Amino acid sequence: MPEVSFGPNLLADLAQMWSLPFMVNAFRAGTLVAVLAALAGYFVVLRRQTFAAHTLSVVGFPGATAAAWLGWSVTGGYLAASVAAAAVFALRPRATGRRQRAESAVIGTAAAFALACGFLFSTRSQGSVDGTTALLFGSVLGISTGQVVTLTWLAVVVLVLLTVVARPLLFGSLDPVVARAGGVPVRLLDAGFLVTLGAVIAMTAQITGALLVFALLVLPAATAQRLTARPLRAALVAVAIAVATTWVALTATFYTPYPVGFWLADLAFAGFVLATGVGAVRGRWHRSGRVAAVPAMVVGGTP
Amino acid sequence: MTPALVMTDVAVRAGRRLLWSGLTAQLQPGEFTAVLGPNGAGKSTLIKAVLGLHPLAAGRLTVLGGAPGESNREIGYLPQRRSVDPTLRVRGIDIVRLGLDGHRYGLPLPGRGARRAAAEVDALVELVGATGWAHRPVGELSGGEQQRLLIAQALARRPRLLLLDEPLDALDLANQAAIAGLIGRICTDRQVSVVMVAHDVNPILPYLDRVLYLANGRVATGPPGAVITSETLTALLGAPIEVLSTADGRLVVVGQPEAPHLHSARHRDEAPQPGGGGRA
Ligand SMILES: Nc1ncnc2c1ncn2[C@@H]1O[C@H](COP(=O)(O)OP(=O)(O)OP(=O)(O)O)[C@@H](O)[C@H]1O
Ligand SMILES: [Mg+2]
Repeated sequence: MPEVSFGPNLLADLAQMWSLPFMVNAFRAGTLVAVLAALAGYFVVLRRQTFAAHTLSVVGFPGATAAAWLGWSVTGGYLAASVAAAAVFALRPRATGRRQRAESAVIGTAAAFALACGFLFSTRSQGSVDGTTALLFGSVLGISTGQVVTLTWLAVVVLVLLTVVARPLLFGSLDPVVARAGGVPVRLLDAGFLVTLGAVIAMTAQITGALLVFALLVLPAATAQRLTARPLRAALVAVAIAVATTWVALTATFYTPYPVGFWLADLAFAGFVLATGVGAVRGRWHRSGRVAAVPAMVVGGTP
Repeated sequence: MTPALVMTDVAVRAGRRLLWSGLTAQLQPGEFTAVLGPNGAGKSTLIKAVLGLHPLAAGRLTVLGGAPGESNREIGYLPQRRSVDPTLRVRGIDIVRLGLDGHRYGLPLPGRGARRAAAEVDALVELVGATGWAHRPVGELSGGEQQRLLIAQALARRPRLLLLDEPLDALDLANQAAIAGLIGRICTDRQVSVVMVAHDVNPILPYLDRVLYLANGRVATGPPGAVITSETLTALLGAPIEVLSTADGRLVVVGQPEAPHLHSARHRDEAPQPGGGGRA
């Protein structure tokens, strides 16, 4: 971008950026996506489903390139593929122990195969290398107003869904056995969450690309959980981190020659490292203050 | 008053194998029942059957006046110990809170309802003596500290029936006695029917009304003094068993295949080792 330059007047910088419609759309879409990814990501981290999330994001890639090859909507192709994969995940019988290990190997293999297929489709469609790179590593270009409208509707649906099921989903994520005994439809919530996650990942990948979805999905949530152990507060902190990351990354992308995926992933990772440091320092502090209290509690605990 | 549990000639299978059969008992509100038996006897399976999570092979089971699974919201359940993920970053108090309203949809609105719920959680935490660590992430807590919080969670909805699967197994002797006393008190004060799976009967012996002893596919039921006797256990376990009573009222079971568990620690070395047939 030739004649833009970043100055000390932040408002002027924002005005300069937002005079371009594609940047406005990038900020709109980026903000929506950041909110959803962070909220879904909070549960992904709690449920230790990062591997599943990674697979869903990778599986979307062949969907997108196949759609491009056939002349269909790329976003639609991505969404269809990752939601379909999520449905397969949700319907598969629960594996435990040795079968679970075998299963994760199968899933990893399938994910690699999906990437290879995506690459094949992208070469068939004479798609530009730029297009493929954008699908994998993200882009701020080419988000249309129509896409922003679609994203808004999807975002509203996902937000309402997550708010409604927040508590039973938390219960089922932390203690599925007790939750199920207490009348929480754990199986249904698990399946519903995976499918929703597929949709959120498809939306997030519009900005971050298929390979860097974690920058908004997992990193802000993991960072937030280092900072606070309160569920609601952690979810809100994750949203704040994701939105801030997105805004700074978009601005940096606009004013520097580096791509958005680089900024998103780096900023999110820096936040995580920082929070881990803070957590470690705080942890040591708490532990040293606790030593004297323990014996008293054991004795005092006798009713 | 409706009985908490009515079991008539109940039998349960695991896969194709019959675990036990012929269980007949009636548990009233305010009664404390222990479920005893060797590993693999089907104690946890009995608890699951009461929750409607495991089908019956035969017989009739009425839970709080209905079919199993129908009134689970009035049941407090503590599953057999599983390890909590040590990296889990959720406070103890949040775990207790889930027991209170974790099944509700939507987010709680701030206001009087939220304050009442918070106060209720605080009271539960205090009741189980977990105030000192309830605000720390559960993953960081010791097994016994976690156990107290999980007991508080099971009590949160003021259940009429408490199903506790080996709640004392992570606790030291002093805490076993303390938690047993607490549950005994809740049982009588709140007229809750308590069913507790245990390996060592001694900590709960003062509060017990009834024992269900599962072994070798059979069940012995009755007051502890009638079931935990040399004759009953010898017949049930198919091996010569001797039950001794110590001066301080503890029971020592000698010759049981599963000896180390039911023993109080100081008599452990007197136990002849496995007589075979521990598994049903
Ligand atoms: N769903 C199932 N399918 C097959 N076998 C099962 C199933 N559930 C339990 N079993 C088997 O039933 C037997 C009884 O299990 P259960 O967990 O009830 O034992 P338990 O008495 O609680 O033992 P422990 O003291 O070790 O907890 C075990 O041999 C177990 O392998
Ligand atoms: Mg068991």
